Amino acid sequence: MSLKEKAAITGVGETAYTRMSGKSVLALQLEASLNAIADAGLSPKEIDGIIPYSNSPVVAEDFVTNFGISDLRFSATAPLGGASCVAAIQCALLAISGGVCSNVLIPIGRNGSSAGRIGTRVQQMPQFKVVGEHEMPVGAIAPAQLYAPMARRHMELFGTTSSQLGEIAVSTRHNAILNGNGMMTKPLTLEDHQASRMISDPLRLYDCSLESDGGAAIIVSGADRARDLRKPPVYVMGVAEGHPDSPSVITQRPDMTRLGIAKAAPKAFAMAGVLPGDIDVAEIYDCFTYIVLCQLEDLGFCKKGEGGPFVASGAIRLGGKLPINTHGGLLSQAHMVGMNHIVELVRQLRGEAGKAQVRGAEIGLVTGYGDMGDGSVAIMRRG
Amino acid sequence: MAMTAETYLKPVPEPTHESRPYWDGLKSGRLLLQKCGQCGKIRHYPRPICDVCYSFEVNWIEASGRGTVHSWTITHHAFNPGFKLEVPFILLTIDLDEGVRVQAPLRGAREADVKLGLPVRIIFEQAKHDLVTPACVVAS
Repeated sequence: MSLKEKAAITGVGETAYTRMSGKSVLALQLEASLNAIADAGLSPKEIDGIIPYSNSPVVAEDFVTNFGISDLRFSATAPLGGASCVAAIQCALLAISGGVCSNVLIPIGRNGSSAGRIGTRVQQMPQFKVVGEHEMPVGAIAPAQLYAPMARRHMELFGTTSSQLGEIAVSTRHNAILNGNGMMTKPLTLEDHQASRMISDPLRLYDCSLESDGGAAIIVSGADRARDLRKPPVYVMGVAEGHPDSPSVITQRPDMTRLGIAKAAPKAFAMAGVLPGDIDVAEIYDCFTYIVLCQLEDLGFCKKGEGGPFVASGAIRLGGKLPINTHGGLLSQAHMVGMNHIVELVRQLRGEAGKAQVRGAEIGLVTGYGDMGDGSVAIMRRG
Repeated sequence: MAMTAETYLKPVPEPTHESRPYWDGLKSGRLLLQKCGQCGKIRHYPRPICDVCYSFEVNWIEASGRGTVHSWTITHHAFNPGFKLEVPFILLTIDLDEGVRVQAPLRGAREADVKLGLPVRIIFEQAKHDLVTPACVVAS
């Protein structure tokens, strides 16, 4: 049985994205969830499945309590770090197509800016225990340092440049400003990117994503139910997750320039029955600029090693061949663990993306990237 | 300030049952690697079983300490106060001659010296009184 179009995204919601929310993580998640539920035209009591974020203190029980849900039929987590939100869509499709539940809430929310530096908290997470023992003591502590050698090797093997990475930061910033709910509100030039301080070479400040407060949520509903809800359904045509070789340690990975999404992408495209050339708009997980470039290759939008010239050609800008991160991404809108990418893709396919609307967008793609290289991808179409 | 046990701010490894011989080896100036007791595959970082034959049998072998540069990063931002006095520092990902990789800071070399395939040699640094960590230098 294929999961193709067994379910649709029927509701999306967000809070404001800020540096200091002044709200609890639970309140942020409830606010975003209520917005998504209202967007779908559902009642909170109609939520019968919940997939909370595994790195969050908020659990399914919190929603049962606050929404007065009387018959929660399904809860699970998809522990793939930044790939969790898109991987959770796969979980939701499995649960819905198996007849277990009908309307699955996937919430996220965090005080990632005001409650402490996420960038250096990773060592407390179990999926980082091996690097915690062997690499943090010699100096590789934060994700920027752990991921930089992947970017450096790509540069040395394929001639990728810092300016090419900068193009990703610049075009993403442009889109964040159009969005209006982005933390970064001033234009960024390539010169600004090149002048920004080095964090862990080759990654500069503007190659790194934000630390943010806020919440975002989506509702996944069975295809039959979706047709009767408030907004046009956005059908999930294909979805998959992929785990790289040596999933916990980048250092030991046979090919450091391939991410887990390289394994997921062919499965998702096959399920959807479309090719990379059919994608009108893509929201690509962008914890770091290089991770975007590598995923574009692993997804098949260009060949391995050609990501640099591909992005430098302007292909990823609005009006380009493959507009990406039309909301401003993690780099310039907010770091909502990629839930904001799903929200944006749904809006694009509904024609609700405002100034950043890709005209005629019918088929889109969204990715997640997490921990040391886990990947997830979903391909959607407007109903 | 003197680097006493109380002021050591860098992350400290917590050896596991499987990795303790590795950390003990560093203390005696030896880079030890796990070699499968059944099929002979060398693996790193230390873990309970061989991913080829699933044997729990392990022999510890002393690595040559020789390798070449697979990739690197030069860290300019101290994410931990223990590295504040060291930035910028060069951290290498090294292909050991034994077929596994290690990560180690490069000492006594300039940024411009680093390139893929550069031969390096592991050295041992007394990080604190009961901890030795690997570092490396360009091989002569």
